[in-house]
Amino acid sequence: MIVARGLTKDYDAKRAVDELTFTVEPGVVTGFLGPNGSGKSTTMRLILGLDAPTAGTVTVNGCAYRDHPAPLREVGALLEARSVHPGRSAYSHLLGLARSHGLPKRRVDEVIDLVGLAGVARRRSGTFSLGMGQRLGIAAALLGDPETLVLDEPVNGLDPEGIHWIRELMKGLARQGRTVFVSSHLMSEMALTAEHLIVIGRGRLIADTSMADFLEQASPRLVHVRTPQEERLRALLTRRDVGVVERDRGLEVRGLTAEQVGELAAEHGVVLHELAPQQVSLEQAFMELTHDRVEFSSEERKAA
Amino acid sequence: MSAHGPAERLPRLRAGGRVDQLHVLAFEWTKLRSVRSSAWSLFLAVLFVIGIAGIAAYVQIHHYPSEQALRANVHPLPLSLAGVQLGQLAIGVLGVLTITAEYSTGMIRSTLAAVPKRLPVLWAKALVYAVVTGLLMVPSAIAAFFLAQAVLSTRHVSLAFGAAGVTRAVAGAGLYLVVVALFGLGLGALVRNTAGGIATFTGIMFVLPPLLDVLPASWNRAASPYLPLNAGESIMQIQPGPHLAPWVGLGVFAAYAAVAIALAALLLVRRDV
Repeated sequence: MIVARGLTKDYDAKRAVDELTFTVEPGVVTGFLGPNGSGKSTTMRLILGLDAPTAGTVTVNGCAYRDHPAPLREVGALLEARSVHPGRSAYSHLLGLARSHGLPKRRVDEVIDLVGLAGVARRRSGTFSLGMGQRLGIAAALLGDPETLVLDEPVNGLDPEGIHWIRELMKGLARQGRTVFVSSHLMSEMALTAEHLIVIGRGRLIADTSMADFLEQASPRLVHVRTPQEERLRALLTRRDVGVVERDRGLEVRGLTAEQVGELAAEHGVVLHELAPQQVSLEQAFMELTHDRVEFSSEERKAA
Repeated sequence: MSAHGPAERLPRLRAGGRVDQLHVLAFEWTKLRSVRSSAWSLFLAVLFVIGIAGIAAYVQIHHYPSEQALRANVHPLPLSLAGVQLGQLAIGVLGVLTITAEYSTGMIRSTLAAVPKRLPVLWAKALVYAVVTGLLMVPSAIAAFFLAQAVLSTRHVSLAFGAAGVTRAVAGAGLYLVVVALFGLGLGALVRNTAGGIATFTGIMFVLPPLLDVLPASWNRAASPYLPLNAGESIMQIQPGPHLAPWVGLGVFAAYAAVAIALAALLLVRRDV
């Protein structure tokens, strides 16, 4: 469990993280979503004590990260940039980390096998592809069999098979009752793995909600209709105070479901040639949400 | 939903595990021995210290063919320790690198995430590198001495290891290199950047002494012996000169290293990574 209270971080004059308060619960994958530069990586560094907060606190499994006698047993972290000496082999990198906690050598082989690096573990990690580097980072995160995982953009650089693998891994770790906190700037990626979402923009909390609620709220009702009686349908719709625009030789109706539009047409004997609910991409919804909030907050500041 | 996904295949870890100074020492030792640059730098240091002594002795006996000329112009002790000059560059630079390479590669994030109290990392780095340097450099200095004496003795010029101050000066050369290692490490930890660290180290060690020549002679004479390089090298002197007493000099140099490491420790716990 990760608990942030009023977490704030300034770099010189720039506020990177702005009074974040949230709780990451065990047993589910929690997505940490925000555009690039929104403060995700900073928040993760604050969790791990790599950076000190300007104000506020963050605890992991009950206390500050640095106060745990065996931090790697509590939190496994995959950090954004590579955090490995390229001249050292994957095996030696992991062995060193294991030594720091007095963990058995055998543990190093276990995590190497799990992430599929057994064949290249003795090679210098500088020769690794981006995907292999990610797998090494994940091996390091799992080394201490931690209760909590903090993964910064874990799918970066992975091939499709690797992406599938990491999704399964994260879901499995959550099923085992662990806390899994995973950042991404891709809404579509989160939609496939996360059950809970924490969304930030410009360092501020925008949403802390279940994935189901977020999707519900984010996708507006949008229907594409084609009819030979366009004028008549348009008149019926405008009376109901919904948005109607002409698009693709038909009408785009905003604010009603396809069912509602179909029923309305049937009721008034309007012939329909096409009736299609339009999917707003999750990406789009997420962008609009973060964009709006960001605009809003800067407007707010101007007013104040 | 697969019941045997990757997470389920990962064996659980029963053993406790915890971070303590001993474990962090093992961590730092593992790191030091697992990159090639450490082995190369240490190998070069050994090669310089021993090889240059041999070469210097060989060159001198050919330059001064007569025993008398050799005796008049060459002192066997400084000749034996000529390689320390270059060896200290390799040792100091590796000292800087043991910490700055962590910053330049990002390894420092892994290190400090594993040891978030941070200070044990600095102590462990200093101890591991000092012990490794000592174990290699004290024997290397002694080997250099005997190699040079062996070459010189072909012309019946040589110095006994047991002669006054010689044991101290030769073994002291190895200890001097240990302090060089620590000074480099301390400066590296302060500056956190390889180029800056090496520039600072070489600047203080090798550029500062000639720079003092711009001072009035009396000031220069007063200050010069206290510079890190000059103070440290006192341990290798057996003849009277403008230097500090041998152990006092090494102590002064060690104090510089201690101050650098102490400042680095203060900043290490305060700075963001």
